[in-house]
Amino acid sequence: MTLSDIDSTGAAPAVPGASLLEVDDLHVEFRQRSGVVNAVNGVTYTLAEGQTLAILGESGSGKSVSAQAIMGILDTPPAVVRGAIRFQGRDMLTMSAEEQRKIRGPGISMIFQDALSSLNPVYSVGWQIGEMFRVHQGASRKEAKQRAIELMDRVRIPAAAKRVNDYPHQFSGGMRQRVMIAMAIALDPRILIADEPTTALDVTVQAQVMDLLKDLQQETGMGLILITHDLGVVNEVADDVAVMYAGRIVERGTVDDVFTDAAHPYTEGLMKSVPQVEAKGGRLQPIVGQPPNLAAIPSGCPFHPRCAHRRLGAAAAPGRECATDVPPLRLVTTGREAACHYSEEVLGA
Amino acid sequence: MGRYVARRLLLTIPVLIGASFLIFTMVYALPGDPIRALAGDRPVSPAVVAVLRERFHLDDPLPVQYWEYLKNLLSGDLGTDFRGRPVLDTIERTLPVTIKLTLVAVLFEAVIGLVAGVLAGIRRNGFFDNLVLVSTTVIVSIPILVLAFVAQLLFGLKLGWFPIAGTREGWFSYVLPGLVLASGSLAYVARLTRTSIAENMRADYVRTAKAKGLPPSRVIVRHTLRNSLIPVVTFIGADIGTLLGGAIVTETVFNLPGIGREVFDSVRAQEGAVVVGIVTLMVFFFIFFNLVVDVLYAVLDPRIRYD
Repeated sequence: MTLSDIDSTGAAPAVPGASLLEVDDLHVEFRQRSGVVNAVNGVTYTLAEGQTLAILGESGSGKSVSAQAIMGILDTPPAVVRGAIRFQGRDMLTMSAEEQRKIRGPGISMIFQDALSSLNPVYSVGWQIGEMFRVHQGASRKEAKQRAIELMDRVRIPAAAKRVNDYPHQFSGGMRQRVMIAMAIALDPRILIADEPTTALDVTVQAQVMDLLKDLQQETGMGLILITHDLGVVNEVADDVAVMYAGRIVERGTVDDVFTDAAHPYTEGLMKSVPQVEAKGGRLQPIVGQPPNLAAIPSGCPFHPRCAHRRLGAAAAPGRECATDVPPLRLVTTGREAACHYSEEVLGA
Repeated sequence: MGRYVARRLLLTIPVLIGASFLIFTMVYALPGDPIRALAGDRPVSPAVVAVLRERFHLDDPLPVQYWEYLKNLLSGDLGTDFRGRPVLDTIERTLPVTIKLTLVAVLFEAVIGLVAGVLAGIRRNGFFDNLVLVSTTVIVSIPILVLAFVAQLLFGLKLGWFPIAGTREGWFSYVLPGLVLASGSLAYVARLTRTSIAENMRADYVRTAKAKGLPPSRVIVRHTLRNSLIPVVTFIGADIGTLLGGAIVTETVFNLPGIGREVFDSVRAQEGAVVVGIVTLMVFFFIFFNLVVDVLYAVLDPRIRYD
């Protein structure tokens, strides 16, 4: 799809020369009776055509919420979204709801972790895929079904023409996720956000689905945001990785760099907590403590209560006290950013 | 599906036989003498009583009486009451009234209950939602008997909007009793719809529908309502079976000559054959509409299969 095609679907034109996606100081908070939950606290990144950015983090790190904020599918209220999300140079947060809606599908689309619950159980998969063409392009039922079959072929669902009228529960987990992918790529989006697309699948099926996503990306040149907590998946498919903790990006760089030598103690902890074939028989080193409560994020560096490198009180350098001074995301080596006062010590440690 | 329906229909036969036997036993166990009740205060000669008891097999033991009844039933004869009128005629006379009442009640239940439930469910905790919650709580808390008399007094006598008794004004006569009869189910449908929609709005597939860039109206109608209405439609279906057999209070208060009032009168007059015939018919309606609901369920939800 070209930019003029996006025009024809009713979405606004792109700003020439702008990045595909710029997320700028994104904040998401949920206002509840019990208090404010700060799910995302100032996330900034860009995504280029054809780039795969992995967003890595544990449950509650804000990775899914930030993705849903980009999609514009958070319920507001209770969610409050601040900052800027520029798709092809235009800030989606200042657009009307209708303009935003028209980007979902042809501009940005998303697949979710649990394909069974994410597909509507009472409609056939062909109907659900075809709905994209009927709603966004005014296709007839017959035409929509035909194109749904083509898409099912494209995501390598065997006997697509025969299975187009089957319902989601009649498919296996991997096939269901392929249906989700078919639906998401139906309108040739410029960006695909995959929120833990393989977490619910068997290992062998995981690899097939990741291969499929990778191939589709190469065919279409779309940007891919891969949200996951699976370090193996990140290592295999992503170009760049952003590690999130307590709603912030704590480290960002190329996958090779970050995986070789972490610049943030949290990333370092993540790497050590994964079983390694070479270290068989040794003990895993979990990160001590619990992820923070997002309604009461620790002062200073949010990771400091669990950090092995922290410096508190007199041991800290001036302005770099871990419990009081918030570490900014700063350039630590070429192409590497980390939000730690003592990244230089963590690197190579 | 066909085999499932056939099996279910066959199963209704033993259920109906068992039900009719139970009802028969209960009528048999009623205290008092139906022949004397028939005569009222007038003296009856012992010879007449003896002849009548003989004709209606009243002196035979219970199993023999039931066997006689069942034999007639299998040849399509539901027997006669003590005045010699065939029970089948009584049913033919009273059933249309009950069917009309049920139709009116279900219409109210479905339209008002659904609309209220949908509006409340979409804007949960809003003003309308709270209004529905409070009003349905009030409605289900008031016994139908009280509701019926209040409705007669208010809408019939004070405001004069609706007739309060009989069927002389055709369908219009059924509006007030239909509303009273539907009130409890109406409140239930509203609550069920509200809960079901509120639950579905949080479903993952609704999130997917939003992510697909569908217009909000389509997200609600096609991806929320369609799924939310499955339990509601099945409830309404089962309720038809209940309403067809259960309008004794409403029919009596509003003086509608339907099968509910007929059963009430027959129990008082100890008209065994009428009571057994009509109540067995009610049981059949109940079973039949439950079967319809089960079939409907499979049509509405493709995950349900019976074969």
